[in-house]
Amino acid sequence: MNFDFSEDQKFLGNEARKFLEAECPMTAVRLVLNDDDMSQNETVWNKVVEMGWLGTAIPEEHGGLGLGLLEVCVLAEEMGRVLAPVPWASTVYFFTEALKIAGSDAQQADILPRIVSGDVVGCYAASEGPGNPDAGNLKTVFDGTTLSGAKLPVTDGDVATHAVVLAKEGSGASLVLVDLTGAGVTRKTLQTLDPTRSHAEITFDKAPATRLGKAGDGEMLNDQVLDHAAVLLAFEQLGGASRALEMATAYAKERYAFGRPIGGNQAIKHKLAEMYVKNEVARSNCFYGAWAVSTGAAELPEAAAAARIAACEAFWFASKENIQTHGGMGFTWEVDCHLFYRRAKLLAVQAGAPKVWKEKLVRTLENKNAA
Amino acid sequence: MDFNDTKEEAEFRAEARAFLGKHLEPKGDKPLRQRVDGTEFMKLAKQWQKTKSEGGYAQITWPKEIGGRGGTPMQQVIWNQEEGKFDAPTGPFTIGLGMCIPTVIAFGSDEHKKRYVGKAMKGEEIWCQLFSEPSAGSDVAGLKTRAVKDGDEWVINGQKVWTSGAHYSDYGILLTRTDSSVPKHKGLTMFIVDMKQAGVEVRPIHQASGGREFNEVYFTDVRIPDSDRLGDVGQGWKVAIVTLMNERLAVGGSPGPDWAEIMAYAKEAGTMSDQAFREKLADWYVAAQGYKLTKFRTQTALSRGQTPGPENSIGKIITANHLQDICNSAIEMQDHYGILTDSDRMPADAIFQQSFMWAPGLRIAGGTDEILKNIIAERVLGLPQDVRVDKDVAFDQMKSG
Repeated sequence: MNFDFSEDQKFLGNEARKFLEAECPMTAVRLVLNDDDMSQNETVWNKVVEMGWLGTAIPEEHGGLGLGLLEVCVLAEEMGRVLAPVPWASTVYFFTEALKIAGSDAQQADILPRIVSGDVVGCYAASEGPGNPDAGNLKTVFDGTTLSGAKLPVTDGDVATHAVVLAKEGSGASLVLVDLTGAGVTRKTLQTLDPTRSHAEITFDKAPATRLGKAGDGEMLNDQVLDHAAVLLAFEQLGGASRALEMATAYAKERYAFGRPIGGNQAIKHKLAEMYVKNEVARSNCFYGAWAVSTGAAELPEAAAAARIAACEAFWFASKENIQTHGGMGFTWEVDCHLFYRRAKLLAVQAGAPKVWKEKLVRTLENKNAA
Repeated sequence: MDFNDTKEEAEFRAEARAFLGKHLEPKGDKPLRQRVDGTEFMKLAKQWQKTKSEGGYAQITWPKEIGGRGGTPMQQVIWNQEEGKFDAPTGPFTIGLGMCIPTVIAFGSDEHKKRYVGKAMKGEEIWCQLFSEPSAGSDVAGLKTRAVKDGDEWVINGQKVWTSGAHYSDYGILLTRTDSSVPKHKGLTMFIVDMKQAGVEVRPIHQASGGREFNEVYFTDVRIPDSDRLGDVGQGWKVAIVTLMNERLAVGGSPGPDWAEIMAYAKEAGTMSDQAFREKLADWYVAAQGYKLTKFRTQTALSRGQTPGPENSIGKIITANHLQDICNSAIEMQDHYGILTDSDRMPADAIFQQSFMWAPGLRIAGGTDEILKNIIAERVLGLPQDVRVDKDVAFDQMKSG
């Protein structure tokens, strides 16, 4: 049995933690929170680029480190712990994976090296409004060379240079690649629950675009990209949930009420124990997702869904009960609890809400059973 | 990251499987326990324990000097996995070998070890653990069974409860109060007790589930020689901690129907189209996977020769509530009909109805949900202990009720 990260991978995680604690403290997150004109923390982002992390799972031939997705999982957890206010998730989990899964050799050779160098910042545009997008309800249209329509919300859409877009093509859907700095693209920044990650409405008016993969494969490719992204996002959620539990635990030990630490009361102890249980259930499911996504296992659909469902639940519970444990202090702007609460909600809806993944999971189990 | 055995583990697994295949049948539709009566099951269990012991598989991690294999914890895990695939009559020896005998080894004299360890390992003698009392469950240090010194002997009077296997046990380890004038933890002493002697009366408990798997044990003027004391007088709590530390390793296993069983039933019943049910099914799958995969993490630590992290403490909190929830939903899925318990009539041999009545006990046995959460909060998260108003109070001055 070898169901854990290797010593090298754990070392990478420890180093990343030290680096991010130094370079991305909460004050760096708050700069973005408190400034409406700031879409990301560029200082932090430049450091991340310098570290070469964007190329973690990009092959060496394209300038990357040529490591695997297990290493990305390790980094994702650390990014989640510090609520990194940078377009990391959009670029790495969604955009890069989409290119790796569906991009042609030429597309990969063109874009991947520029991700590593920081010249390309990616985003993934599927949503067009309420509900989960599919071929039946998409309004954004790709005609073979240009893209028209509107996508919202697009996480990191106002800082990205490129987007992978799920669009209607003929009677089906396709994934297409668009240069957001080119003609026919207008962007409007949106206000969201989590201002530490920017969001945009992107309107395309005959914007030049190229297809990723075959026409009509969009839904299938989208599912594959989301399975990859779900596992990586789950690690980011796990990092946030772990940090929220640590915050709540530390506060419960130091906050006195009725003459003793509040953490001595069972109502608080049991709440934090439940947080711990949910976090460990999430961690174990995340590990399975990591195994599946890094080996290309046939179990990936159920493993990714389970990781995502468990991580959404863990981060939601930990972030809301962290506020509760902090009492009135937890409801102030100055205390960091609300930043985790905001991020937990963003990550829970960004790749499809938990109910969508529960349905995917059950459908997968049914199909397996029928086969 | 993978789920494979190392080369050594694979060799041991093959060896274990060959041994098992030689002596046992693979698991069939109905477990052995349901096919034979209690007496026959016990006979088979004793035989199997003897065979295992002769083959060197009875206590894999124990040192060779005391009859163990001198193997690794991972080998024990592999053995348990493989034995679980066969129709093995296990159970009666779990508490003795898992909890009692380790305590005898840690605190007993050389004569004790010579006298008891081998016989327990060969299945010739069965042991039970006598800690819980009617007014000392979660707070087991509050027990009242008295041991009074009389010459070279101790005289025992009192009552124990929830003693698994007391009715077929030959010996037990017995926690008693020897001094009521000091705070509760300081006045306890542990003994080895002969369960077949006069003055020991075992009465089955009629459980809420209808079954009678546990017992009350009454001690009336039972005499124990001082030489059968385990640890010093007044040090019984320290001895009990050693026993209880072994409990987590001894208790475990899949408690009943899980997501796959209720899914199979839902297909039959046409409930798969119910969106609320589908979402619950997803949650059950995630929880079951969480439990299973957490065990894999523990095994990984063992396989790497490391001490497992505290994550394995989440097990029973998840499984007991999970079982109760699944059974409840399965019954409600059957509407009014779900109230029937007739196994000939009901889907899945009425396993959901049976486990529904068993689940409340599972949430209590071996540490209640509340105690387990306290343990996680205190030992894993480092939160303060509860207020202990009885900590410095002499036991005989304590409030009780």
